[in-house]
Amino acid sequence: MAKLVIRRLIYMVPTMFAISVVTFLIIQLPPGDFLSTYIAELSSRGDAVDTRLVEALRERYGLNDPIYVQYYQWISHIVLQGDFGDSFLYRRPVADLIWNRLGLTIALAVATLLVSWAIAFPIGVYSAVKQHSAGDYAFTFIGFLGLATPNFLLALIFVWISFNYFGQSVGGLFSPEFADAAWNLGKVLDLLSHVWVPVLIIGMAGTASLIRVLRANLLDELRKPYVTTARAKGLPEWRIILKYPVRMALGPFISTAGWLLPSLIGGEVLVSIVIGLDTTGPLLVEALISQDMYLAGSFILILATLTVIGTLLSDLLLAWWDPRIRYAEG
Amino acid sequence: MRAGERAAEAGGAPAAQAGGAPGAPGGEVLVELRGLKTHFFTDEGTVRAVDGVDLEIRRGRTLCVVGESGCGKSITARSILQLVEAPGRVVDGRILLRRGGADGGPGEVVDLAGLKPGGKEIRSVRGKDIAMIFQEPMTSLSLVHTVGNQMVEAIRVHNDVGKREARERAVELLGMVNIPNPGRLVDSYPFQFSGGMRQRVMIAMALSCDPGLLIADEPTTALDVTTQAQIMELLKRLQRELGMAIMFITHDMGVVAEMADDVAIMYLGKVVEKGPVDDIFHDPKHPYTRALLESIPKIGHRRRERLRSIKGIVPDPANRPAGCVFHTRCDAFMPGRCDATVPPPVALGPDRQVRCLLYGGDGGPAPGAPDAQTAAPEPTPESSHGD
Repeated sequence: MAKLVIRRLIYMVPTMFAISVVTFLIIQLPPGDFLSTYIAELSSRGDAVDTRLVEALRERYGLNDPIYVQYYQWISHIVLQGDFGDSFLYRRPVADLIWNRLGLTIALAVATLLVSWAIAFPIGVYSAVKQHSAGDYAFTFIGFLGLATPNFLLALIFVWISFNYFGQSVGGLFSPEFADAAWNLGKVLDLLSHVWVPVLIIGMAGTASLIRVLRANLLDELRKPYVTTARAKGLPEWRIILKYPVRMALGPFISTAGWLLPSLIGGEVLVSIVIGLDTTGPLLVEALISQDMYLAGSFILILATLTVIGTLLSDLLLAWWDPRIRYAEG
Repeated sequence: MRAGERAAEAGGAPAAQAGGAPGAPGGEVLVELRGLKTHFFTDEGTVRAVDGVDLEIRRGRTLCVVGESGCGKSITARSILQLVEAPGRVVDGRILLRRGGADGGPGEVVDLAGLKPGGKEIRSVRGKDIAMIFQEPMTSLSLVHTVGNQMVEAIRVHNDVGKREARERAVELLGMVNIPNPGRLVDSYPFQFSGGMRQRVMIAMALSCDPGLLIADEPTTALDVTTQAQIMELLKRLQRELGMAIMFITHDMGVVAEMADDVAIMYLGKVVEKGPVDDIFHDPKHPYTRALLESIPKIGHRRRERLRSIKGIVPDPANRPAGCVFHTRCDAFMPGRCDATVPPPVALGPDRQVRCLLYGGDGGPAPGAPDAQTAAPEPTPESSHGD
């Protein structure tokens, strides 16, 4: 197991390098840069553009250098000094802008993951064991509905319902009185009272697909000979199901930890915009639109890193869970 | 057909109590199947996988149940432990298990056919009185639990012992089935074992509660020939040492010759012939039994003859032929009789029974088998009926 962990950690180094290169290429890909967007914006408003100032800025941010020099500047500052550069848009260091939002995003992702598991596990097991029962059909119906409904639509419906029928505007993760307050018990409780709405909305599709996957896997496993063997031993049925087939069917549950983060980031952007969450999504979109390259690049890099770490963790969890993986790779 | 089944009960039960024929060490009947019917209720209709089976399994003896794929032999075996999965269900008949009589106690008789498939009563029988091993040693064990874990569980479900004691017992059992270095391998996972080793583990696990009967559902089919021979040797040795009965399901007549004390030949959900192994091999009565025996290669045949194969294929169990289910493939087909009358069981001796109109049963002439004169005395069905 230790060998496996070390090998996986070593694999992460080239992966991270590749990700940083791709990230940098992506943020360089659109024609022009932040300054050209900025100039375009100024001139469209009829403001005079001071070309000398622009040239000075270009020089200062190294925008005239060849791309590999720019990449080296960028990545070496991050790795060696933890300096993600400045945001053009906010004229502040990127690091000041992102950590709060990243914290919220990660908290939301983890909460969504746990809630998805907690909902999907009993329903998936029930649906498979009681296949073709009324309960199974009901959950299947709800599950398909959840799979087919886009998150942002769900968010819109939710906003509309709570505004129309309860006269409440949903938005944000905090009540206004706590929004700018320092962290304290009250703020945590306030967060908890708000967080379930986005968690349910964002987690809906993932939960539904987890139910489908668990049900399908478990149905396969329930017919395997080892289940008959366990029955032939004289074990009670529920104990057999939980110990053998459920265990085999749980692999996908663990793998989700790895791919959940990127899918959450993608799915969450629109939801966050609709219900006004201060997560990474809206800021990332804004940064991309205005070609705020250091801000966008830092987000993409950090989220990609988190995804790689998430994949690593889920791989290690799987190896711990399934001895076949452990022995094949150990 | 109803009449035939009643005849089976009338004819079979006394024979069962009488024990084996003189000379044969026929023990007391441990498990008795009477008119067992297991049907599968599918969307296309009812499949009568097991359709009125009578069998006796005696203490300390091996009964081989033989037949082609789809003849219901596995389902018969699974029915005994109520392991038939939906949409299948035991619908009729009795499965009588004699419990506790071996140690001189009065014992009791339980009808397993009446027990609820997942219920407490049948679970107290599974693994304890009757254990089972399966065809696929690769998939019959959980690959993510250690061998020890799965064995300890089997031991503790019926015995009130601690984990440590159960583990010692598991190591002992592994040693008994010739697993090398059992103290170490008890902690390994089944995927680290070969197929033969896994089947040994299955056997060790099945024996963990000293069952009176071990049901082996084609335990050697998935193994290579040398391993097959080792597993059969192992089962025979364990039977000598532990005295359990074995119900051995197979389609391989070579395996039957090796293992069996008694043989039951099944075709399309019915037992068409049964009797002691020597009688079946030396004096097969039913045309199907003969065809099966002719289809095995024999050492010593010098001429390069083609092996005979049974013509046709097993009919779809959902569309069973009328009358004798074998008549569509039978060499001795008698038009007007075989396709009209379901042959009732005809007793040819105390332990010998055949379902074929060649030996009577429909009131018509019973000419006997064409080559039966040289073998056992000409059966006179009505006189030997009921012993």
